[in-house]
Amino acid sequence: MAEQPTTTERFIQGILPENPVYRQLLGLCPTLAVTANLQSALTMAGAVCFVMFCANVVISLIRNLLKPHLRIVVFTLTIATFVTIADRFLAAYLYGMSKMLGPYIPLIIVNCIIICRCEVCASKQSPITAAGDALGQSIGFGIALFSIAFVRELLGTGTLFGFQVMPETWPGWGIMVLPPGAFLTFGILLAGVNRITMYQDARKKHRGL
Amino acid sequence: MIYLLDLFLIALGAALINNFVFYYFVGICPFIGVSRHLDMAVGMGCAVTFVMVIAAFISWTITTFVLMPGAPVSAWVAGFFLAPETAATIDLSILCYIAYIFAISSSVQFVEMYVRKFFPKLYESFGVFLPLITTNCAILFACLTIMAKVTAADTPADAWGLDKALTLAFFGGLGFTIAIVIMAGIREELELADVPRPFKGAAITLIIAGILAMAFMGFTGVDAGLRNALAM
Repeated sequence: MAEQPTTTERFIQGILPENPVYRQLLGLCPTLAVTANLQSALTMAGAVCFVMFCANVVISLIRNLLKPHLRIVVFTLTIATFVTIADRFLAAYLYGMSKMLGPYIPLIIVNCIIICRCEVCASKQSPITAAGDALGQSIGFGIALFSIAFVRELLGTGTLFGFQVMPETWPGWGIMVLPPGAFLTFGILLAGVNRITMYQDARKKHRGL
Repeated sequence: MIYLLDLFLIALGAALINNFVFYYFVGICPFIGVSRHLDMAVGMGCAVTFVMVIAAFISWTITTFVLMPGAPVSAWVAGFFLAPETAATIDLSILCYIAYIFAISSSVQFVEMYVRKFFPKLYESFGVFLPLITTNCAILFACLTIMAKVTAADTPADAWGLDKALTLAFFGGLGFTIAIVIMAGIREELELADVPRPFKGAAITLIIAGILAMAFMGFTGVDAGLRNALAM
């Protein structure tokens, strides 16, 4: 069996080299749906971070009891429990935000990033590694959401976190806050990330020769 | 007449105006992942529609009879342990996410076993997609929409019946199928196009999806117009 990555490696991998959104193309539904402004994007990232951390640690603690054919059901039920907690918490303390995110908070249950992390890391490694992995992946997810929401809010309404940044005369590209803007922004940013990766790969190859 | 019009507007809304993929962004993962060939896209679309209708049926039933505030079955069970007036107000809606995801994953398992046993031909064509559907957000999203319509209604008469729930699920699935089939058709042609290298794969797919979403925005307001025209 191959050597499993250590906690630090897992943590660093999640942030950029294996970024869940840009590299693995997982969890795209919230990525596109809640990035019309920065506040909702960061709330979403926080909720995902909480759920992923708790689910990863719990799955890692019970990893020796898991039966292979039932593991996906166990994963989803564990995640659903923590999502319920996060949902009730948001409804109690951030009611407006909870209304705005609407069905996308419960949809964290079927967010493929969390299930994927449970499968790849938590069901094989110790709780500490699983916790580091969850933190790294959620920071990576947060960066991705932040980058998309930054572009969309800035171009769409000329604001950042609700504060006016662009000059008053900024026309506001309405399309950016509407659904098509999400697809276009993410597509172009993804192509940019691909371009940087290609450049780095080429340089690595050049050095190796 | 009004009843049929209602159903028709729900169907139109779910399939075109508020298309699951282009308006609510649910089911994006299979939309990007399985839209490379037309036949696979059709298989995936059919499988999603099929499971969505079954999941909608189950979730409507458990919401109405078990999870809703004052639902009959849970009130009856609680009646054995609690005073009658407390039992009548019992509210299990906090359990709804867990109940739905459990219902979806178990129904997917059952459907898979049933189809494999009785329709081997069908299983060959879309059997591989069935396990993937458990983690398809479109299904859970349909269940949550139905829950919101059942529990958050102002008067009991406004709460959705099974007919409306099934209409929403079937046409929502149909809308997903339409979206993924259009996308697969475009991507098959795209094989021949000279796409810049960084855009190859997912990036160009997302940009095409953005353009398609703009096209689908053209349906906005059709339902209100139709309602006015027909209800006159």
